[in-house]
Amino acid sequence: MNGDRYSVFSVLKNAATGNRHWQPAWRSAAPKPSYDVVIVGGGGHGLATAYYLAKEHGIRNVAVVEKGWIGGGNVGRNTTIVRSNYMLPANGRFYEWSLKLWEGLSQDINYNVMFSQRGVINLAHTSPQLDTFARRGNAMRIEGIDCELLGPAEIAPLVPRLRLDHPVFPVVGGLIQKRAGNARHDAVAWGYARAADRLGVDIVENCEVTGFTFDGDRITGIETSRGPIAAAKTAVAVAGSTSDVLRRAGLERLPIESHVLQAYVTEPIKPFLDTVVTFGVGHLYISQSDKGGLVFGGDIDGYNSYAQRGGLPIIEHLSEGLATFFPSASRLRVLRSWGGIMDMSMDGSPIICKGPRDGLYINAGWCYGGFKATPGSGWCFAHTIANDAPHNLNAAFTLDRFAAGASIDERGAGPKPWLH
Amino acid sequence: MLITCPHCGARDRAEFTYGGDASVPRPELSDLDQERWADYVYLRTNPRGTLREFWHHVAGCRIWFIAERDTVSHKISATQALDDDGSAER
Ligand SMILES: Cc1cc2nc3c(=O)[nH]c(=O)nc-3n(C[C@H](O)[C@H](O)[C@H](O)COP(=O)(O)OP(=O)(O)OC[C@H]3O[C@@H](n4cnc5c(N)ncnc54)[C@H](O)[C@@H]3O)c2cc1C
Ligand SMILES: [Zn+2]
Repeated sequence: MNGDRYSVFSVLKNAATGNRHWQPAWRSAAPKPSYDVVIVGGGGHGLATAYYLAKEHGIRNVAVVEKGWIGGGNVGRNTTIVRSNYMLPANGRFYEWSLKLWEGLSQDINYNVMFSQRGVINLAHTSPQLDTFARRGNAMRIEGIDCELLGPAEIAPLVPRLRLDHPVFPVVGGLIQKRAGNARHDAVAWGYARAADRLGVDIVENCEVTGFTFDGDRITGIETSRGPIAAAKTAVAVAGSTSDVLRRAGLERLPIESHVLQAYVTEPIKPFLDTVVTFGVGHLYISQSDKGGLVFGGDIDGYNSYAQRGGLPIIEHLSEGLATFFPSASRLRVLRSWGGIMDMSMDGSPIICKGPRDGLYINAGWCYGGFKATPGSGWCFAHTIANDAPHNLNAAFTLDRFAAGASIDERGAGPKPWLH
Repeated sequence: MLITCPHCGARDRAEFTYGGDASVPRPELSDLDQERWADYVYLRTNPRGTLREFWHHVAGCRIWFIAERDTVSHKISATQALDDDGSAER
């Protein structure tokens, strides 16, 4: 197997033969009876974990077990914003490491994830809001993370179609992180899948994990729709299904609620916006995809949900926001809307830890920000699994931090997941 | 989504604010056990299925009440007003 199947030559050759002869990018593996590590969930985090286990720790007897198909979960449903503009040190350091991995990812996994550092601008509409941005910016700079505070005159040329002078919600300034941007979401899933496969990882699709096997209190593997699989270590990375899956491991109650987040894409238009813009009013973020559609999203729907679709109030609210700040986009038609189930944690920050059961490892609580975390999360989770201890970068992301009073509440919203 | 306020009847979801899981029993205020309080504040069953939850008819009659809603279909099977002390009316 060679790693460079996608060349100008192969594209031309396959185009000439009707694109009928492309080979699958990874083997369709049947599960073996046992592995050193079994990873439940073939989203971005599960696949990245498998890749770094194999690459960084030489643990190659690994299976990723996915109930659907690779890319069908949130990794293929998100608005692809990658940034590290957090205020709290634990988050800042972790997301900055993830951003550094993004910067070398296409080379590392030899797959173009189209990481585009087009910048992310957070816009402020009141001077107190701008003050909080300045504070966050200072916290970032202390950690050595790039950001700049902008005034309206500096924002205008960066976002030419933006309405700065709205009478109620004027843009008074913003915070830009220039190294932030977008990536191609399903390329990330496919690229990690292929890279992990090349290192010997079995990727088992269409295989639902229905339970766990135990030896006393110790977890010794999983029950699946394709039979039991034994594992020295069982790692769970199932995003919105975390409570559902871990309940079967005997964890009845977790600091997590499942909520739906929606996104939308308009019909494609000519180049309109070459950065990512977020609005402090009502929470709206928008970018333009490579195909030309405006991709936008905002808050979660606001009540517990396991439905991979959302309600109409949010689309009305976000469309109003879009038309308010980009009046020239107000006539665009929305082509598609979709939703994904978020594992909202009680403080809005993630969980990457050795589980409360022996043999169990947990990766969860990604809220609506887990895409940008994909490389860092996989890297830290692999470290935690391989060493039976967290890396410094994820040492704070424990399951028991809540009871210990050490929650990491970036937004200051308290234990109300629907507000994070 | 339409939500049936026990007082006003079926109204648009936009009139309501969410108050979260109503199935977690709150410890007595005199209870000083940290673990029970941490449980109450932070841990949730997060069911895929029926959830008892608080809603506030904030843009209507402004009462708080409990709804039983399916978290997959969003179908509300029952709503129930609260007594003055915050417990559910029988
Ligand atoms: C609309 C939307 C917009 C978003 N925007 C952004 C953004 O701009 N930036 C950002 O950083 N993040 C964003 N996110 C969040 C991000 O997508 C998620 O946090 C992240 O993808 C979650 O990790 P994952 O990729 O591993 O999850 P997933 O891809 O959901 O992977 C979990 C996998 O587990 C599988 N699974 C579940 N149960 C079982 C079982 N019993 N057995 C086997 N497999 C199982 C699922 O099928 C799924 O494939 C957004 C999310 C959504 C929905
Ligand atoms: Zn009412």
